[in-house]
Amino acid sequence: MASDSRLVAFKDVKYNFKKYSDMELHDFDQIFLDKIDHEIKIEPRDWMPDAYRKTLIRQISQHAHSEIVGMLPEGNWITRAPTLKRKAILIAKVQDEAGHGLYLYSATETLGTTREETINDLHSGKAKYSSIFNYPTLTWADIGAIGWLVDGAAIMNQVMLCRTSYGPYARGMVRICKEESFHQRQGFDILYTLSQGSKEQKEMCQDAINRWWWPSLMMFGPKDSESPHSDQSMRWKIKRMSNDELRQKFVDMIAEQVKVLNMTLPDPELKWNEERNHYDFGEIDWVEFWNVIKGNGPCNKQRIEARKKAWEEGVWVREAAKAYAEKKNKRQTSNGALEAA
Amino acid sequence: MNIAIRKHFYGDIPDEKSGGNSLNESKYESSPSGAAGHDWPLWEVFIRSKQGLDHKHVGSLHAADAQMAIENARDVYTRRMEGVSIWVVESKYVHASNPDEAESLYDPANDKVYRHPTFYKLPDEVEYM
Repeated sequence: MASDSRLVAFKDVKYNFKKYSDMELHDFDQIFLDKIDHEIKIEPRDWMPDAYRKTLIRQISQHAHSEIVGMLPEGNWITRAPTLKRKAILIAKVQDEAGHGLYLYSATETLGTTREETINDLHSGKAKYSSIFNYPTLTWADIGAIGWLVDGAAIMNQVMLCRTSYGPYARGMVRICKEESFHQRQGFDILYTLSQGSKEQKEMCQDAINRWWWPSLMMFGPKDSESPHSDQSMRWKIKRMSNDELRQKFVDMIAEQVKVLNMTLPDPELKWNEERNHYDFGEIDWVEFWNVIKGNGPCNKQRIEARKKAWEEGVWVREAAKAYAEKKNKRQTSNGALEAA
Repeated sequence: MNIAIRKHFYGDIPDEKSGGNSLNESKYESSPSGAAGHDWPLWEVFIRSKQGLDHKHVGSLHAADAQMAIENARDVYTRRMEGVSIWVVESKYVHASNPDEAESLYDPANDKVYRHPTFYKLPDEVEYM
């Protein structure tokens, strides 16, 4: 009977089968697709296909991991920022990234996983994070390049995601976009100051741009033709623009901004194309791209070790907070009992 | 990546675990803390940004107790002076309507168009109404 297959599909879910006894799986699916087509947001307690849920858990949690791991390359320079103002600004930026990670972990939890499972997946290597954070920050100029290029690329992606179909993810993105714009400005500001400085400072600026340009382009993911998840993500309006579209927008924007810095982008094939009304640019080194994603980038091991260490060294804090809360609770209830007596 | 899905919906806390029921409190309040913070409850955060406005839901976080929840909410959700007042509520105390029943729950309101002022056509001479 049809109800048996529904029991298997909706395991653990409290659904009133009598109420929906006439509805089949494809009815729920049709209602879901109608919502998507009509730009109605999907909220945590709405029915959604398993695959939609799974792909969102994957995408949102990996986005969250990226924010947290992203704190590491920049945190590296907090103690060596050139001025107090730069130090305070960098601390504020890194603090923002922690907050962004939280919004995204919270959004992931709405889909039915626990924080612990999500964090375990990062530590075990099951879950990925943005490959860009596997590169080292070698100079102060790197901090500028990250703010301008990496946050710039992230903003492009995140503005698009403000219109994603899953409610909590979209709302998280709106909040994140508001905070992210200062990140890009502070990055550009750092590079601009360097570009107006001494010969060594200008060289340092150009060197950082040279090292961060291609990895920033890789942030947009594989070419559309080689992106396994894209079609489904577009149908479900999780993704609103393709990898290549976003990448092109980014190139067009940065190719103009770099002129203000009097610097160049390390791409001999970068050229304005009058017919296309876009910049042509060179081919990404896809071997490097897949290698870094697979875990063979310069800092992959370091990043995961740092995260594991932070988690393990924080166990006593979490246990102490829990014990303290229980102790306070007991004291309050026993006081209440005394007063009543 | 294989993901084990446990469909315990956010906001859809099953009756045995929901709050505000004296029978349930004793069962779930005093769990042992051996799980290294795995059982910090989830809290929903509401912020009022200015006197006179209402509190808005801004997100959620895990914390061991209310004081920690408020302090963390301040750190995470008010970095840009967005708050004069913070409310935190354990998620288990938020009871929600079932979205699938939205149609039938709100149906009576849909066909009462006379509740809207635009339904009424007044003569042009009438002012201030």
